[in-house]
Amino acid sequence: MHELGIVFHIIKSVEEIAAEARIGRVSAVTLELGEVSGIMPSYLQDCWRWACDKHEVMRGCELVVEEIPARTFCEACGTTYKTVAHGRICPACGSDNTYLVQGNEAMIKEIATPEEGA
Amino acid sequence: MADYRVIEVKQSVFADNDRKADELRARLRREGTFLLNLMSSPGSGKTTTLLRTIEALAGELSIAVMEADIDSDVDARTIAGAGVRSIQLHTGGMCHLDAYMTEQGLDALRAEDPALVDLAILENVGNLVCPAEFDTGASANAMILSVPEGDDKPLKYPLMFSVCDVVLINKIDALPIFDTFSMDRVRENIACRNPAAQVIPICAKTGEGIDAWAEWLRERVATWKSGA
Repeated sequence: MHELGIVFHIIKSVEEIAAEARIGRVSAVTLELGEVSGIMPSYLQDCWRWACDKHEVMRGCELVVEEIPARTFCEACGTTYKTVAHGRICPACGSDNTYLVQGNEAMIKEIATPEEGA
Repeated sequence: MADYRVIEVKQSVFADNDRKADELRARLRREGTFLLNLMSSPGSGKTTTLLRTIEALAGELSIAVMEADIDSDVDARTIAGAGVRSIQLHTGGMCHLDAYMTEQGLDALRAEDPALVDLAILENVGNLVCPAEFDTGASANAMILSVPEGDDKPLKYPLMFSVCDVVLINKIDALPIFDTFSMDRVRENIACRNPAAQVIPICAKTGEGIDAWAEWLRERVATWKSGA
């Protein structure tokens, strides 16, 4: 349910980036979202349309979400495993001496503009 | 050939809020105001704890409170009754406060009375998930976990516990009734998420433990104001 706030922050960032790059219109924003980032892509999409159309630069802008699967590494036995399926306990050796390698990302990867480069 | 061009960004979605938060912290440091971000789930006793905190410190520190709620001003009126400056921030349906809203709150306090305060307390929206993700620009983060909620909360809401400098365990007078709550286990669970977090057991209703909490705040405010 924090997705609306996140959308507002993405729009604010993208507007700044667009202003710096002297772009009047952004046609797509691509996000990299980790599987365990706690951000739900479907909820983001729901708020996206509503929020974007309030901003001239973002009108009609598409949101592309690239999901990054979550992986955890076990320091005890060196196994890398799927976080969502097994959580903090290593399925190979049962150790809880593990850490998340990837899957917590919440990044604006790139933006697209229909305008020609200067 | 594509009819659009792509600009690489590679920036966290929280980057603009984080920048705003750092800006705000620098301003608060200059102004000598310590901002405490108080978080918890609904019903953990935030407002009662605040009243006790004000009672303990009002004689020595100037205090202002910003109450964040989705709607209503019940909390702000309660706090104003305690004789300190308070304003109500409405998040307009949003489940958390961010640095921009916090800045608006500080500006609103300033507009009412230009005198700077030693301690500003932000009572965040009752929620253990979203407030932890957005840096408010506070000098320190505190959270209240009440006994009836259970000692396994740090395992269920890891981010909240990992961003907190201090965890108040409230309603300790209810320990005999909620006898599955173990003070040792809750300390272990918190340490597992955040070894640096300090744990202070309190009972806002009876005032037990409030001295230790007031002392923690007193020291932090003094350190902040000395610029350390």
